Amino acid sequence: MTPTWAQLVYLACAVGFILALKGLAGPRTARAGNLIGAGAAVVAVAMPFLYLDLDHVPLILAAIAVGSLVGVLGAQRVQMTQMPQMVALFNGVGGGAAALVALMELEHMGAATPGFDLAATGFTVAVGAVSFAGSAITFAKLQELMTSRPVVFPGLPVLFGLALVAAVVLAVLVVRDPSVPLGVALALVGLLLGVLLVLPVGGADVPIVISLLNAFTGLTVAAGGYVLGNVVLLVAGTLVGASGTFLTLLMARAMGRSVTSILFGALRGGSTLGAGVASDRPVRSGGPEDVAIALGYAERVIVVPGYGLAVAQAQHTLREIVDLLAERGVRVDYAIHPVAGRMPGHMNVLLAEAQVPYEQLVEMGDINPEFRHTDVVLVVGANDVVNPAARTTPSAPIYGMPILDVDQARQVVFLKRSMRPGFAGIDNELLFDPRTTLLFGDAKESLAKLLAALKAL
Amino acid sequence: MSEPVAWLTIFVLSVAVGIEVIAKVSSTLHTPLMSGANAIHGVILLGAVIVTGTTESTLALVVGLVAIVLAAVNMAGGFVVTDRMLRMFGRRRRPRSEQEAGR
Repeated sequence: MTPTWAQLVYLACAVGFILALKGLAGPRTARAGNLIGAGAAVVAVAMPFLYLDLDHVPLILAAIAVGSLVGVLGAQRVQMTQMPQMVALFNGVGGGAAALVALMELEHMGAATPGFDLAATGFTVAVGAVSFAGSAITFAKLQELMTSRPVVFPGLPVLFGLALVAAVVLAVLVVRDPSVPLGVALALVGLLLGVLLVLPVGGADVPIVISLLNAFTGLTVAAGGYVLGNVVLLVAGTLVGASGTFLTLLMARAMGRSVTSILFGALRGGSTLGAGVASDRPVRSGGPEDVAIALGYAERVIVVPGYGLAVAQAQHTLREIVDLLAERGVRVDYAIHPVAGRMPGHMNVLLAEAQVPYEQLVEMGDINPEFRHTDVVLVVGANDVVNPAARTTPSAPIYGMPILDVDQARQVVFLKRSMRPGFAGIDNELLFDPRTTLLFGDAKESLAKLLAALKAL
Repeated sequence: MSEPVAWLTIFVLSVAVGIEVIAKVSSTLHTPLMSGANAIHGVILLGAVIVTGTTESTLALVVGLVAIVLAAVNMAGGFVVTDRMLRMFGRRRRPRSEQEAGR
């Protein structure tokens, strides 16, 4: 039994986690919130050493030191563009740890263990494994260790369904007759489920899946806390599970997407990245020289950076172009859509890293009235956030999503890889507008050519 | 109140609090918030320490140490990477320059 003073300290840590989340939700308090959370976590982890008579203490401390060192070094070394996959990785190892803890608990359980404890243990094993494997796949997709496009093969839904049934059957078996081999089998099926869940998700939607898996891990930690009879694990895990689920919905809504269409869209042949078919309607494409002339002799230019820019890691080249234009006396700003980069707030971080001055980053509400006085809008790797269908076509999946009013500018230049529709999988009428010029190719190469052409002007 | 019901009460109240505290978050903070929440569930390290410190079998000890390493990566890395992100946000929260004022 945990002594009362220790329970009270755990309660204080739980309150600390609530304050941490509260702080993280506000711009001025975010850093303090994060520090409060870290403090509460450190105190909570120190507790068992104080009131329990633990064995293997030197080994445990060594393991904590190794893990912390790896985590801190990774967190400090990671490039800001690679930050989403780092979060995925941290989330995955957390889920894996929860599953392992539950497996170890299973060893001590038997017929006398209450059914609900066993069910919670089975849940932690299975969902922790889902989170581990799912996060590993999201990491591989974002790190481009594998294709970031949806991976769908015939029979995937059937296999997923079978694995789901197997997981439920195994979980029931664990509850009726707990044993470690059954738990290991459940974990393996969980790993398979995690892989199958994330494979069909397009790279652009992966951040939302990370958020969802984050919520999953939170719930596994909560269930683990129940099994261990530990309040702080229950509260912390539940907080993360609830706020993570809610945050997932918020992120999906900000992108004009639903969570079900993200997870299962590709399975239905629906509307995830790459599922759309390239249109063969005529468009006007130009060379870098044409675009350089349009930009170089304009008075007012607005740049709209998007996910394609982040993927191509072309933000430094883009900044050079903008600097060159500014030297020529052109007024240039960046228009930042709230979900630019498909990771809310990610574009601000990326451009800040490329040393773009903060004053040039203008938020949607402030820049939208400017478009009608703009000579050229340069859209780099963005599509849905400038698609007028969000205003005009009620049947479009992105209808109602706030967009940048690029269509009001005198001329629009799109840097695009291909005519493939954006993440929402719908045509963008703006691409076929007579005022629009398309410059096809990889964003980084196109921008490099554009920079060279501008220098030659 | 029976013990399972007490646990259920804590769970339900935590769900309500978890949703309420982040209900009004702005979209610029979605990413750091996700990362911070991610770090918080790294507290599973506490669970890993307890089960590892109370086990007798060698196999369980090895598994437990692996769990501790993984959980520590989650917790330490999560808080540090969140702080790095938020530092970058802070830097860009300076007052706007005269260029903006001149518009």
